[in-house]
Amino acid sequence: MIDKNLELFDCGHRACGGCGAALAARLVTKAAGKDTIVVSATGCMEVFSTPYPETAWKVPWIHSLFENASAVASGIEASLKKQGRTEKVVIMAGDGATFDIGMICISGAFERGHDLTYICYDNEAYMNTGIQRSGATPYDASTTTSPAGKCSFGNKRPKKDMPQILAAHGAPYVATASIAYPADFMQKVEKAINTKGPCYVQVHAPCCTGWGFEGNQTVAIAKLAIETGLWVNFEMVDGKVVKAKKVVRKPVEEYLKTQKRFRHLFKPKRQDAEIAAIQAMADKNAEKYAIDIKLKKE
Amino acid sequence: MALAVGCRARPGKSRDNKTGSWRVFKPVFDREKCTQCGLCMTLCPEGCVHETEEGFVAPDYTYCKGCGICAEECPGTAIAMKQEEK
Ligand SMILES: Cc1ncc(C[n+]2csc(CCOP(=O)(O)OP(=O)(O)O)c2C)c(N)n1
Ligand code: SF4
Ligand code: SF4
Ligand SMILES: [Mg+2]
Repeated sequence: MIDKNLELFDCGHRACGGCGAALAARLVTKAAGKDTIVVSATGCMEVFSTPYPETAWKVPWIHSLFENASAVASGIEASLKKQGRTEKVVIMAGDGATFDIGMICISGAFERGHDLTYICYDNEAYMNTGIQRSGATPYDASTTTSPAGKCSFGNKRPKKDMPQILAAHGAPYVATASIAYPADFMQKVEKAINTKGPCYVQVHAPCCTGWGFEGNQTVAIAKLAIETGLWVNFEMVDGKVVKAKKVVRKPVEEYLKTQKRFRHLFKPKRQDAEIAAIQAMADKNAEKYAIDIKLKKE
Repeated sequence: MALAVGCRARPGKSRDNKTGSWRVFKPVFDREKCTQCGLCMTLCPEGCVHETEEGFVAPDYTYCKGCGICAEECPGTAIAMKQEEK
C-alpha cells in the first residue's frame, strides 16, 4: 500500500519550478517505499537532487556515470542477493541515458535477468546539457541539435520504441505512465518492483524549460499528450500488451500548440503537411493500442 | 571543501537550500473553497504541500517555488496565484 504522507524525496532540490521529472522522483520514492536503493544516471534529476554536499534523497542513493546506471544496479542487486538482503533496486534515468548512451548496459542487465526496476523519466531530450535531441525526441520537435529553420522542421526521426525493445529482452513487466496520472504511475512502479526480474517503466515527464511552456502547465500538457494519442499509457506482461488507457481523442495540434518546440509548425505559417504527419502517428498509436473510445452518434 | 569518503551526504540535506526565495507568484489557499481532496499535495513537484493540524492543506513557503501547478490543477478554485511582496 502507498502511504500518501510518506516523502522520501525532500524539499530544497534545485529543479526548475514546475519540473515534471522532480514530480516523477517524488512519486517513485512514495511508491517504492523506504527499503529501496536508487541508482541514478547523470542528468537533470541527478544534478538537481544532489549538488554535493546536498541531497534530496532520503533513501540510499548512488550515482556513477551517465551510461552505466544499469551496470551499477546489477552489481548492487547481485551483492544484496548474496547477502540475503531484501532491499529493492530502482534505477532512475533520463531518456538520453536510457534510449541512447545506456543501451549496452541496460541490454546486459536485462539479459542477465537481474531483479531490478528501471524507470526512465522521459523529457524527450538531453535537458541538463541544453536541450540536445535524443532517441526519445518526438518528430518535428526543435532542439539545439535539431533546430527548426529554413531547411528543417526540427527532429526528423520518430521516437524509438524502447518499451518494445525491453519486452523483446524477455522483461516480465513493461509499462508506460504519465506524471498527469499519479495514482496509475505509482501502481505501475509498485507492480514493477514486486515483479521478479528486470522490469521497465517509462514515465512521460514534461520539461517546461526544454519544451518551452510555463511551469504551471506541466500536468496539463502531460494530460494532453495522452488525450491526443501522442503518448499511450499501457502495460505489457511477458511481452503482451494487457492494458492501455482509452481516451476520446483530441486533434494533435491541441498538444503541439502548447509548446515552443513545435511553434514553427504554426508560425509564420501553418504547416499542414507536417501536422498531418504527426496526426497520422497518433492515429497509428490509437490503432496499435486500441485506445479510441467511440462516442455514439446522435 | 573537504569531501567525505565516497562523497556521502546526509539524507534530505537539500532542506538547507530554501527554494522559497525563487518565488515570484505565491499560491494562496482559500479554506472556504478547499474540499481537502489532496490533489495539490500529490502534484507539487517540491512535495511542500502538507496537511495542517486543523485538517487543512497548506504549502510550506520556505520551499514553494511558486510554479503554480497546484493552482492550475485544483479541481475547484481554492488556490490563487498572487504576486509576491518581499
Ligand atoms: C559519457 C558522458 N557524456 C556526456 C555527458 C554529459 N551529460 C551530462 S547529463 C547529459 C544529458 C542527460 O540527458 P537525459 O538522460 O535525457 O537526462 P535529462 O538531463 O534530460 O534529465 C549529458 C549529455 C556525461 N556526463 N557523460
Ligand atoms: S531543465 Fe527540464 S528536466 Fe531539467 S530541471 Fe528544468 S524542468 Fe526539470
Ligand atoms: S506553487 Fe508549485 S511549488 Fe508552490 S505549492 Fe504549488 S505546486 Fe508546490
Ligand atoms: Mg532527457
